[in-house]
Amino acid sequence: MTIESRSTVRFLLGWSPVELDVNDSNQTLLQYLRDQARLKGTKEGCAEGDCGACTVVVGEVIDGEVCYRAVNACILFLPAMDGKHILTVESVADDTLHPVQQAMVDLHGSQCGYCTPGIINSLLTLHLNKSAVDRQSLDDALIGNLCRCTGYGPIIDAAEKACATDISSAWAARIATAGGQLLAWSQEQNYLAIETTNGPYLAPKTSDQLARVLADHPDATLVAGATDVGLWVTKLGRTLNPLISLGEVADLKSIRVTDTHLDLGAGVTYSEAHAALAEISQSLGELVRRIGSRQVRNSGTVGGNIANGSPIGDMPPALIAMGASVQLRSEQGVREIPLESFFIAYGKQDLKPGEFVERVFVPRSVDTLRCYKISKRFDQDITAVLGAFHLKIEDGMVVSARIAFGGMAGTPLRASECETRLIGKPWNMETVDAAKHALDKDFDPMTDMRASAAYRTLVARNLLERFYLETQNPQVPLELANRSWLGGLTHG
Amino acid sequence: MGDNAQQKERIRGGVAQALEHDSAIKHVTGQAVYVDDIPEPQGTLHIAVGSAAAAQGKITRIDLVAVKASPGVICVLTADDIPGLNDVSPTHTHDDPVLVADRVNFFGQPVFAVAAETFAQAKAAARLGIVECDADEPVLTIDQALTKDYLISADHVMARGDAAAGIEAAANQLSGQMEMGGQDHFYLEGQASMAVPLEDGDVLIHCSTQHPSEVQHNIAHVLDRPANAVTVEVRRMGGAFGGKESQAAQWAALAALVAVKTGRAAKCRLDRDDDMSLTGKRHELAGTWRVGYDNDGRISAADIEMATRCGNSKDLSDAISDRAMFHLDNAYYLDQVRILCKRMRTDTVSNTAFRGFGGPQGMMIGERMIESVARAVGKDPLEVRKLNFYGDQGRNQTPYHMQVEDFVLPEMIAEIETSSDYWQRRKEITAFNADSPVIKRGLALTPVKFGISFTTTFLNQAGALIHIYKDGSILLNHGGTEMGQGLFLKVAQVVAEEFQTDVDRIKITATNTGKVPNTSATAASSGTDMNGMAAMIAARTIKRRLIAFACNQYKVDETDVEFIPNQVRIGNQVVDFDDLVGQAYLNRVQLSATGFYRTPKIHYDRETASGRPFYYFAYGAAVSEVAIDTLTGENRVLAVDILHDVGQSLNPAIDIGQIEGGFIQGMGWLTTEELWWDDKGQLRTHAPSTYKIPTFGDRPDRMAVKLWEKGRNVEATIHRSKAVGEPPLMLAMSVFHAISDALSSLDGYRSVPELDAPATPERILMAAAKLKAGG
Repeated sequence: MTIESRSTVRFLLGWSPVELDVNDSNQTLLQYLRDQARLKGTKEGCAEGDCGACTVVVGEVIDGEVCYRAVNACILFLPAMDGKHILTVESVADDTLHPVQQAMVDLHGSQCGYCTPGIINSLLTLHLNKSAVDRQSLDDALIGNLCRCTGYGPIIDAAEKACATDISSAWAARIATAGGQLLAWSQEQNYLAIETTNGPYLAPKTSDQLARVLADHPDATLVAGATDVGLWVTKLGRTLNPLISLGEVADLKSIRVTDTHLDLGAGVTYSEAHAALAEISQSLGELVRRIGSRQVRNSGTVGGNIANGSPIGDMPPALIAMGASVQLRSEQGVREIPLESFFIAYGKQDLKPGEFVERVFVPRSVDTLRCYKISKRFDQDITAVLGAFHLKIEDGMVVSARIAFGGMAGTPLRASECETRLIGKPWNMETVDAAKHALDKDFDPMTDMRASAAYRTLVARNLLERFYLETQNPQVPLELANRSWLGGLTHG
Repeated sequence: MGDNAQQKERIRGGVAQALEHDSAIKHVTGQAVYVDDIPEPQGTLHIAVGSAAAAQGKITRIDLVAVKASPGVICVLTADDIPGLNDVSPTHTHDDPVLVADRVNFFGQPVFAVAAETFAQAKAAARLGIVECDADEPVLTIDQALTKDYLISADHVMARGDAAAGIEAAANQLSGQMEMGGQDHFYLEGQASMAVPLEDGDVLIHCSTQHPSEVQHNIAHVLDRPANAVTVEVRRMGGAFGGKESQAAQWAALAALVAVKTGRAAKCRLDRDDDMSLTGKRHELAGTWRVGYDNDGRISAADIEMATRCGNSKDLSDAISDRAMFHLDNAYYLDQVRILCKRMRTDTVSNTAFRGFGGPQGMMIGERMIESVARAVGKDPLEVRKLNFYGDQGRNQTPYHMQVEDFVLPEMIAEIETSSDYWQRRKEITAFNADSPVIKRGLALTPVKFGISFTTTFLNQAGALIHIYKDGSILLNHGGTEMGQGLFLKVAQVVAEEFQTDVDRIKITATNTGKVPNTSATAASSGTDMNGMAAMIAARTIKRRLIAFACNQYKVDETDVEFIPNQVRIGNQVVDFDDLVGQAYLNRVQLSATGFYRTPKIHYDRETASGRPFYYFAYGAAVSEVAIDTLTGENRVLAVDILHDVGQSLNPAIDIGQIEGGFIQGMGWLTTEELWWDDKGQLRTHAPSTYKIPTFGDRPDRMAVKLWEKGRNVEATIHRSKAVGEPPLMLAMSVFHAISDALSSLDGYRSVPELDAPATPERILMAAAKLKAGG
């Protein structure tokens, strides 16, 4: 191999640089923080990225800019921290408490205190990024931090109070210094290639390098944000060897806009893709907003959600309904296929050895598109049923229909019988009724802990009805939480 | 107390002040130490457990060769390695083995434990164990258990009069039923214990438990040692909610066994999946009622049969089932009444204490019964609730024959009816629903009356220990444990008030069985009532000695000695508190004291199901408004008003925190938190990815929480405060009934929908579909 590589991991921890030989490529950032760095403030609550107790703030260079984001340390592999800046709860206070800490103390935002370090870090990220603090953006930022004691009210109050304060000059100076170091590291061309007791960990920096490295290691596990792959280690007890990281592949992180398509690199996170997707369709944007938590969206990638082929991934049904395609790449070359044909069967995708998902092409022009995510809990839950409806209606007639569901079969799947019953028919309740029942032919869903087969079937039908009602621009309310019903909003 | 200006200056942290949690700064800086954060002694071992892949059956083969050979493994334990009693049952019923020997009783029940150099090595090794058993068809649900008459203990009945005859004599009769699911505690910190071996084979356990004394005694039995060989210490827990009352002992015992066997410190920490799979939860409960009532909706007789799902062992299920019965009435007088509760055995993890301890489940049945009567007579449920409230003589005796002497609900309800604008909103919602075919809104006001005291009378005792060092600094210790509820702070505030010193002078210390012995669990909401009183008694003992010393030293009368902020006025002199303490030390005055408290007035005879099990009642009321989507079952809680009675609050900030947190936790239980077992008996909701507690977005947009200003305990509790830990959880019944109300709109409010809890989108949609189809 002719590419220069580097075998030690280096990052900023708190305000100090750390250079480290990683012994175990499967070690998580949380394990490192607690067991090696002896920073016990960061807690393990679930080891699956669903509770936020391990939330830390990570700074990294993206497109030449230093960005700080909240992520879950429990499912990130330590080597992925190479070139990054890790802030844990121990580095938040200096001589005095940080405003987010002071507000949490003053407003009684902690009870047992176990979730508190993670919440502090989510709040710190808000503060660093000078984010808006209306109720919706606070929810978005904090939904990944479960608290079992407070009922959240005092934390919301603390967030509002703290975020009204400016970043202190001391903090700004520290961040600027840290940013300088990250930028310097990001200029270097060599990439991380380490041998560990659990085999190699490789972090190529270009798609060309990635294709070559994958050709050399066709059995490697590819990992991007680790929001799924991380659990294979922490929950299933698997050892992933070799491990190839997509996190440093610059061209996989690019977002391009063509006349017809939004062209997303497979390594683009949900957070990064959100604005561009929301521009295509508000409903699609709302769907992205409801994927996982802020921490998960900051790490998880659109490409990963596709490549791992989950039957309950949120993006694929929407993208299938929109007619998206994927570009697959290997040393042998590049091919583009419609996304719907990528999913062959449960756990089986159209991916050859040495091949990886490189880009996703999302049509920018859509007709009427609605994406409905049904889950037990509204926010940060895994989908029971996801319905994506993309119809073209002209002069009261259905001209075209692409409808796809998640959670209804072993793969994300189009509802072809249902589509057939719609196309060429007048867009009215009678047509909708017939099409609703055609869904029974399209799907034979399962019963599991998320929902029964009967519920899935019923709700899938009803989603089509809801879609119809929404297109009728009715006077009747169709939204659950219209805040105008309540008059003034208060809490506390 | 005089009125002069000096005395109006207050100490920092006396009673009634809204002080921040004593550990708040440590929480926000990551410096608060939990069991897993304690620096480990060199060579500390880590423990994981292994089991069979079956819910029940006789063990036929155990092969641990691969486990023993796995990297880093130091020792492997089975039931044979237990020197003493293989039982950690809280009530000594010998059905909670540390490691099961012959027969698996639930899916995942530990058969062996492995100790290794690292946690990852222990987990990896545990996966290699082979345990086979002759698996039988497991009994998993209350229905299955009822069919097979599969009981964990005998049925129990509370009764007055002749319910059956009363029902028949009434103008109207109806019957109904409801089931509600359990609830995982989902404390953010899982079960954790670290055992450090001491000389003589003794052991020190750092344990995340609400019940250090029980852990101590159980470990002593397991090790076959006297209790004085075991010390248990608890600085704080990362949440508990009842889940660390009896459920901590097994993991502590494993750590102790490994420590004693290897001479190395040993830690047993359950990861989330093990914690949720292997520890007990709130009891599921199914109830049926038959009720007689007049045309106004006033109930004259009720016959209720309930069944709890106890799991595979007794644990605390009898007391929990009893508390469900004690709270069936909630706030309502039931003249002729019979309440039966069956305690069902199932081949699942043994259910246990959870905030409310059965009370919430019993109350839900009672409230559902009221709701069904209200719909039957065509009245707003609030009117029927008020009509059935406890009242004066003749309408003030509970089904367990206790007089309700402190019934403040009518006044509280009147207040919240107004402050929440209940009737105006009722009108608006009815109008809204008439024009809204898809989205339906609902409103409900539900009261809470919750009995305070352990119903097992002897548990109502507590001890405290106070030292004043010669520099005037104070050390406070008591038998209560801190799980985030602010108990340590409240008790410190009580002591600060007694000595009139700033609370910062008082060192709050870890609960330790070596300091205060034979303690009861910090449970039943009683922590502050009992430990606060014990600490006050201890403080007063020292105070008396200081006063006697001052009288003697300064030649004044007792009435001339007064503790004023951080000082003591002795006659016309003012001495710093430190100075007086220093002088007292030099004059050989004992500056250490214990305090002991036992709750007065209470007694209960379970044979006749009568007595006064509760010292007093805590009250509250909540109004919730929800919206449901009748196409998907999705729902939102839009607005909540709460009025809660904490008596005279010791710390309003802490109390409001308990109320808000309890409400949201109760809301989770009744809406999104669903436990789901597959047909093999394996729990499939064992992590936050599948088990959904409320998160930020679930908090209602409008939430107004008020302490009842007139609140004052009629009983002589600590500064006339009331317990607050559990009662607010039940305020969340208003959410469930608001959902039910929204559903009722689908048939013109003529019937109560068939809705079980938790009211997930699925249950709501199915109930809506049924109502739309005409019942």
